[in-house]
Amino acid sequence: MNKSVALTGNEAVATAMKQIEPDVVAAYPITPQTDIVQYFSTFVADGQVKTEFVTVESEHSAMSATIGASAAGARAMTATSSQGLALMWEVVYIASSFRLPIVMPVVNRALSGPINIHCDHSDSMGARDSGWIQLYSEDAQEAYDNVIQAIRIAEHPDVLLPVMVMQDGFVISHAMQNLEILDDESVKKFVGTYKPDHHLLDVKHPMTVGSLFLPNFYFEAKKQEAEALERAKKVIQEVAKEYAAISGRQYGFFETYRLEDAEVAVIALNSTAGTVRGLVDEYRAKGLRVGALKPRVFRPLPHEELVVALQHLKAIAVMDRAESFSTHGGPLFNDLRSVLYESKERPVVTNYIYGLGGRDLTLDELRRVFDETLEAARAGYYRNRVTHLGVRE
Amino acid sequence: MTRANLPGWKTMPRGGLLLEPGSAREYQTGDWRTIRPEWHPENCIHCLFCWVFCPDSAVSVKGGKMIGIDYDHCKGCGICAHECPSKPKALTMIPEE
Repeated sequence: MNKSVALTGNEAVATAMKQIEPDVVAAYPITPQTDIVQYFSTFVADGQVKTEFVTVESEHSAMSATIGASAAGARAMTATSSQGLALMWEVVYIASSFRLPIVMPVVNRALSGPINIHCDHSDSMGARDSGWIQLYSEDAQEAYDNVIQAIRIAEHPDVLLPVMVMQDGFVISHAMQNLEILDDESVKKFVGTYKPDHHLLDVKHPMTVGSLFLPNFYFEAKKQEAEALERAKKVIQEVAKEYAAISGRQYGFFETYRLEDAEVAVIALNSTAGTVRGLVDEYRAKGLRVGALKPRVFRPLPHEELVVALQHLKAIAVMDRAESFSTHGGPLFNDLRSVLYESKERPVVTNYIYGLGGRDLTLDELRRVFDETLEAARAGYYRNRVTHLGVRE
Repeated sequence: MTRANLPGWKTMPRGGLLLEPGSAREYQTGDWRTIRPEWHPENCIHCLFCWVFCPDSAVSVKGGKMIGIDYDHCKGCGICAHECPSKPKALTMIPEE
């Protein structure tokens, strides 16, 4: 039975974790993820879940303990933000290379320095090459739904990879929103019981985890990871279909809005996508053929589907809430522009880097993006390939 | 082993897992050796210092007596020869040909 509730993004994720009731959670609090750990530890203290909650001294230990628990055969979760993810760094790659189906909510926050606690995507974008699956969520509803689906995606025998589920720090994590949650039984039934084929506590079948892979074997291990991410695409779609059947909410690789007959599109991740849709309606009312696309699955990159969805456009603006310092735009821009190299008539693709360190994106700034992209569509070329939007000169 | 004889990504266990216990035995670390210990039984007092000190369990012992070196796993570190208390020594290091 679905229930309508008012929750913050962090409460929504903590609720999903309560309903999943993993065997082990090892986590360290960090702004703006703190509430997730706080709520979940309350559920443990109140006996609402039987999860073994490991209090650790740092995020490096949080990820290490989660990896240890997962390798031992437990369904294990953690959660983090920004510097916490940065401190986990070396072990983040170990989780994916060991093929451990860990699910980790990440509440997006700018990386230091200068030190800042507000939203941008520099933390999770830095982890885009770590071999984790990355799901981005626009709001509390999507964060909740993505965390539940992530368990099934991660543990699927064709995948066996860790999954990060992102939401925007403060904008979503601390904002109260109406959403629908499933009842505990439906979630428990959906995620099922985790039955690993190999695990360290299986003493009848002793095995080694984490042995040295020299030049003779390392490359093959990495190829296996790449293949698992390729296979994840089918699994992500299958899980979404099953989830739609119990929730009524349909998820794909990305969500399009008034895109089919559009000439111009604006692409943005997470909470900004809602603002973009609002302006699409405003411009449509003026008779301008604009649309939007919001990526949900960033790793693996659904490149074939993206080409099909975007190749009819004349001009595209890609919004990046992270700098890559390549001097050639942000991470989302570079991936999408590369994807569109495959299309016959390549749209003009420009990049807007915005909202770093929690800088608000105003409607007027976003109108400038629409206006410039419409202009680029008419002219067939762009004025600026990369624009830092909303920065003072 | 040449590269062609090694298992590929399709057949290797995932995630670097080694599913067989005791498989280190199959890893012939003797390949790494540049100098080799040579055993001189006539000087050996079977104190087994070499067996105790060998970091790779590459000293073979039977019935409490030293019987030789496991050259498949001896890395040629020379600790056995260094520790050997016999005079003259029962273990000496010679260059690997």
